Amino acid sequence: MKKVLMGNHAISIGATLSRVQVIAAYPITPQTQVVEKLSEIVANGELDAEFIKVESEHSAMAASIGAAAAGARAFTATSAQGLLLMHEVLHWASRARLPIVMANINRALAPGWTIWTDQNDSLSQRDTGWIQLYASDNQEVLDSLIIAYKVAEQLSLPVMVILDAFVLSHTYEPVEVPEQSEVDKFLPPFNPEWKLDVNNPHAFGGLTAPNIYMEFQYNHHNAMLKAKELINKEGEAFGKIFGRTYGNIDKYKTDDADYILLTSGTLARTSNIVVDSYREKGIKLGNLRVRTFRPFPTEEIYDALKKAKKVFVVDRNLSYGHSGIFFEETKASLYNSDLDIPIFGFVTGLGGRDVTPELITEIVEHGIKSEKPENDVIWMGVQK
Amino acid sequence: MSEKKRRLKLSIPEQEVMRPGNLACQGCGASLAMRYALKALGNNVILDLPACCWSVIDGPFPYSSVGVPLLHMAFETAASTASGIRAALKVLGKEDTKVVAWAGDGGTFDIGFQALSGAAERNEDIIYVCYDNEAYMNTGIQRSAATPYGAWTTTTPVKHFKKLPKKNIVEILAAHRIPYIANLNVAYPEDFIKKFQKAMSIKGMKFLHIFSPCPPGWKMKPDDTIKVARLAVQTRTFPLYEVEDGLKYTLNVKVNKPKPVIEYLRLQGRFKHLTEEQVSTIQKNVDEEWALLMKKIDKE
Amino acid sequence: MFKPGKKINFNSAKDLPPTPASVGDMTHNFTGSWRNLRPIIDYEKCIDCMICWKFCPEPAIFIEKERPKIDYYFCKGCGICVTECPVKCIAFEEEGK
Repeated sequence: MKKVLMGNHAISIGATLSRVQVIAAYPITPQTQVVEKLSEIVANGELDAEFIKVESEHSAMAASIGAAAAGARAFTATSAQGLLLMHEVLHWASRARLPIVMANINRALAPGWTIWTDQNDSLSQRDTGWIQLYASDNQEVLDSLIIAYKVAEQLSLPVMVILDAFVLSHTYEPVEVPEQSEVDKFLPPFNPEWKLDVNNPHAFGGLTAPNIYMEFQYNHHNAMLKAKELINKEGEAFGKIFGRTYGNIDKYKTDDADYILLTSGTLARTSNIVVDSYREKGIKLGNLRVRTFRPFPTEEIYDALKKAKKVFVVDRNLSYGHSGIFFEETKASLYNSDLDIPIFGFVTGLGGRDVTPELITEIVEHGIKSEKPENDVIWMGVQK
Repeated sequence: MSEKKRRLKLSIPEQEVMRPGNLACQGCGASLAMRYALKALGNNVILDLPACCWSVIDGPFPYSSVGVPLLHMAFETAASTASGIRAALKVLGKEDTKVVAWAGDGGTFDIGFQALSGAAERNEDIIYVCYDNEAYMNTGIQRSAATPYGAWTTTTPVKHFKKLPKKNIVEILAAHRIPYIANLNVAYPEDFIKKFQKAMSIKGMKFLHIFSPCPPGWKMKPDDTIKVARLAVQTRTFPLYEVEDGLKYTLNVKVNKPKPVIEYLRLQGRFKHLTEEQVSTIQKNVDEEWALLMKKIDKE
Repeated sequence: MFKPGKKINFNSAKDLPPTPASVGDMTHNFTGSWRNLRPIIDYEKCIDCMICWKFCPEPAIFIEKERPKIDYYFCKGCGICVTECPVKCIAFEEEGK
């Protein structure tokens, strides 16, 4: 059924269709409609779940960990400062290998107080061992939640589904809401082999000495690498049922492109508009949207970029004193390959500043006319 | 052996759920507390354990000493993790399984306090246990909000011993009006087990506060654990009482002829430096707190 | 009495559970080796009150034929039983004497 949904309600409905069993969440702008809608859905008996209205995001993640460890499908949602408060237990969730799924609404960090979008909150969680998927429209938000559980539970890894504040969270878009029966066919009930079980007691997460600690990290890393295949595989399987296919990357006119924009989230949609206008002018521009940030799809990115002459990475985030983060990751992952093309790193749109087609056009123009990037950070739209 | 022939009358359950070989220090009150608790709780229980002495006592991977499912968790999450486990069990139809958060005083009075207050306000159906050894013992005896006035710790060295009183955690929990709160003491196993059994029979949030001596941290002889714990009650330093619904106070062990508090203090090296005047300050505080408590005790 | 357990060794990442999870108990760890002093019950004087059993933190005192018995594999030698025995029937002797 087609509905017009705000991104936040797409999350709530995605979680409901995934038949989540325990929800533990704390309100934060711009995530509030997620918990409000879910409260309503649970209160109406439309979802057989327990909703714990915890007193902080730290407790939200801790409760999710408890729930998942006891064998329930757990869900939470947060943003910005809330995600940062969770940081300690994000590591715990992934190292405990619990397939929790969380929606994070990308909001810039304070100070100064801000509620508008950028990606520094989620990218600060880069090394927490979570899978990170960046969505670009509300349909993808909903679909990604369902796929996320399917991937998470096979690999015992948590997944963060990430979307831009307001640009998606509060924007209404037409969304095809899948039938519950169809979702049930795609996503079986959660039944983990290892859990807190009085009939088969284990102690989880005890002291782990140097002689064996590293082997757990080795397994965790390998599971993350496997996720690259599985995200594509399940994204295709989802497509066979629902007609919408997802993968680690999303290529828009990149196959023959001389110049390729590398983007994520809603910036990708703005970039596609710019691609079309360049194509009309006969300039071969493409856009490569990176959907999976962790694990990083190095091989697929290489394949998509290998014929290009230049790459323009657009980052709505910044690693202070270095560069934009997608830029840094892309450049680093290609360093040992045979690809030797200039990769430009543009930083823009921080704190929710609009990234318009005009601004993307400026980025492309700058990239085309420059032989090499003059800097690791090329600021765009900043009042220097 | 048939029950009829039995001449032994044990005052606490014979079953042992906890296993020996654990890494507790000699004479550890926390070890004894877990042993009693599991005697009462049996096997149909899930424990969650924030960072505390028991994170080590239980043993390293791939071992455990408790014989029941246990989830190690971050320091400040005892109550929130337990809430999540409880919710999961409810959805999965395993409501008869008890959920116990087992935390030290640091994880309860200090870093885990927010999560504890949250769980109490939500009246989560869990048993929150604080085994209180009055300092951060696992990290090497640093003061906590549970460290009493006068005590030496490594962060309150003798010249600057702790000059602030112990946080009254029971009163704070009582202010949450949760169904059941009790003080327990390892020297009173019958009372201890009875309170666990009572907690198990009550729906909603239960808070059990266990007096748990730490021989290395209190600088006392390991064989004095029970003696010191008993003196804490006999000197009225740690009254054994319970609070129902935050309002109904019951004294479980009467102390009609209290011993002077010095008898309790002098067995512990952590109080060795105290002057007579400081000891009488402690005595005065103990008397005042007792008088205050007696006003609240339900006379029936 | 608890049967002494065995050590469990993992030498390969392939054999591990997804996260550190216990698959055995600590009864391979004979904490009796920590002991400097050994409690010895004089069964002539013992009145089987089980106070020693009651207060043992390990548990390293068990009940056998209705009498308390010390499990020296695990007794850490804290001496609580010695101090708490109401008839003072538990001696505390130096190990290795």
